[in-house]
Amino acid sequence: MNKRIIFGLVVILGMMIIALFAPFIAQQDPLEINHDARLEPPSINHLFGTDNLGRDTFSRMVYGSRISLSVGFIAVLISLGIGISLGGLSGYYGGKVDGVIMRLVEIMYCFPTFFLIMMIITFLGPSIVNVMIVIGLTSWAGLCRLVRAEFLTLRERDFVHSAKVQGVSDMRIMFRHILPNAMAPVYVSATLSIGGAILIESALSFLGLGVQIPNPSWGNILTSGKNYMDYAWWLTVFPGFAILFTVLSFNLIGEGLREVLDPKLREKRR
Amino acid sequence: MLLGISIIMFAVMHLAPGDPASIRYGMNPEVSQSARSEFNRMYDLDKPVPVQYVLWIKRLIKLDFGRSLIDDRPVIEKIAERLPATLLIQVTSIIMIFCIAIPIGVYSAVRRNSLFDRVSTIIVFIGYATPAFWLALLMIFFFGVKLEWLPISGMSPWYTLYMDNAGRITDLVRHMILPVVATAFGSLAALSRYSRSSMIETMGENYILTARAKGLPRQRIVIVHALRNALLPIVTIMGLTLPALISGSFIIETIFSWPGMGRLGYEAIMTYDYPVVMGVGVIATFLTLFGIMISDILYAVVDPRIRLEKNRG
Repeated sequence: MNKRIIFGLVVILGMMIIALFAPFIAQQDPLEINHDARLEPPSINHLFGTDNLGRDTFSRMVYGSRISLSVGFIAVLISLGIGISLGGLSGYYGGKVDGVIMRLVEIMYCFPTFFLIMMIITFLGPSIVNVMIVIGLTSWAGLCRLVRAEFLTLRERDFVHSAKVQGVSDMRIMFRHILPNAMAPVYVSATLSIGGAILIESALSFLGLGVQIPNPSWGNILTSGKNYMDYAWWLTVFPGFAILFTVLSFNLIGEGLREVLDPKLREKRR
Repeated sequence: MLLGISIIMFAVMHLAPGDPASIRYGMNPEVSQSARSEFNRMYDLDKPVPVQYVLWIKRLIKLDFGRSLIDDRPVIEKIAERLPATLLIQVTSIIMIFCIAIPIGVYSAVRRNSLFDRVSTIIVFIGYATPAFWLALLMIFFFGVKLEWLPISGMSPWYTLYMDNAGRITDLVRHMILPVVATAFGSLAALSRYSRSSMIETMGENYILTARAKGLPRQRIVIVHALRNALLPIVTIMGLTLPALISGSFIIETIFSWPGMGRLGYEAIMTYDYPVVMGVGVIATFLTLFGIMISDILYAVVDPRIRLEKNRG
């Protein structure tokens, strides 16, 4: 199997295990404040040191992994839902439906998405659920285009015509017959956008628009770390690398999948 | 297009709970209810949302974005004084991305699987996954605080008033380096990846094979025959990275306290300053559309086939 996929999967599975078993892995309560142990460097007791309130950074990061992973997965699920249904409708029916949906996609493309996300989150009130939903609602345009293109070519194929002749309903043709054949590029794009969603979440949390303190997320550990960069490097370095490695792994899986699934690339490798 | 975007923004803003009057006067018990409704009336905030929208569009046609709810200055003036700073960063970043990403991509495509290709692939993957704001923090720390090589925030401090032009420009450039690098980094990685794969595809074409069979030197093949064709998809991608760059400006400018439009937008959102939020949104979208137009024009410059088709039609 592809080396990139293996590396990515190992890291992601590791992260998932850490997130699932957070209470057993964390050394102490991530919210526990200890004024006698403020800004301590990494040691056996505090693997990644402590922050300005004496909270254990390692424990906070372990719990933070729950946030990043769940935001990544749920946001992408939402955008998959929207992207597939709109892209499918648009590619299958064409005509006016297609026109309207493609206009919408163009709008989403041209909009500086981060600004829209920031705006919605601020006005709706920052919370992790809002962050997931808003990232999902604003990141489906690429998927939608992809699904549409696949549907456009697939709907002219013989198996679709034969299903139509047999009187299978449009909905069934779309989701039962065409969609499974259109999924390969969707998997690739979805995996890549999980990484993107995690990056957006961390940026939002960094600005104070994501997970609210005292609850930990990788982004808001960085926010508190930036004021102490001078003597507490561990607060900035570890969460940053956590984000980097997680996103990197998702991207590697995505790229690896692309290489495996795309016959054009496979031929050229020979 | 702009219309659709502005409707979405308007709806989001006004359907949301919380109103500017209470943000502005919320902490102040001395402000009476009548003063609040006076404030709301002044800025048309007492009218139904659709009516407000129509009023806003009517004014927009005359390029009037309204006045800020915070300091009552015209929005257009507030944006105009911030826009050059943002454009300075964006344009420099784009030029930098072009000048660095394409050579890297082309070189690693031509020397496929060489040491250079492998190292640059690894760097590209890392670059793609690095949160820009984290990179900004690290750079501030190393180059600003530890080494004290570069200033870490702001654009033109007071002391530039006492400098001659050359001094001012040097100082500006020094202030620009970190924000530009932070802005460009992610897209740099993406674009060099694209140019690599696009170049690899082109190098596999038959006409390259022909050129090679004719015994042309490699450099000539790469530069004259392949590069031009490989550039086509890259130019299109450039248009698409613009929204990402502008999105990035909101966070990068906030971190570096760069007095640009991105920070203005961030501050406006935080203070519920509706007219400024709308103004920044419109201008940002306009910039994106403008960028896409430029990339279309560039496309025609690079690809004569498009020009020919237009002449015929």
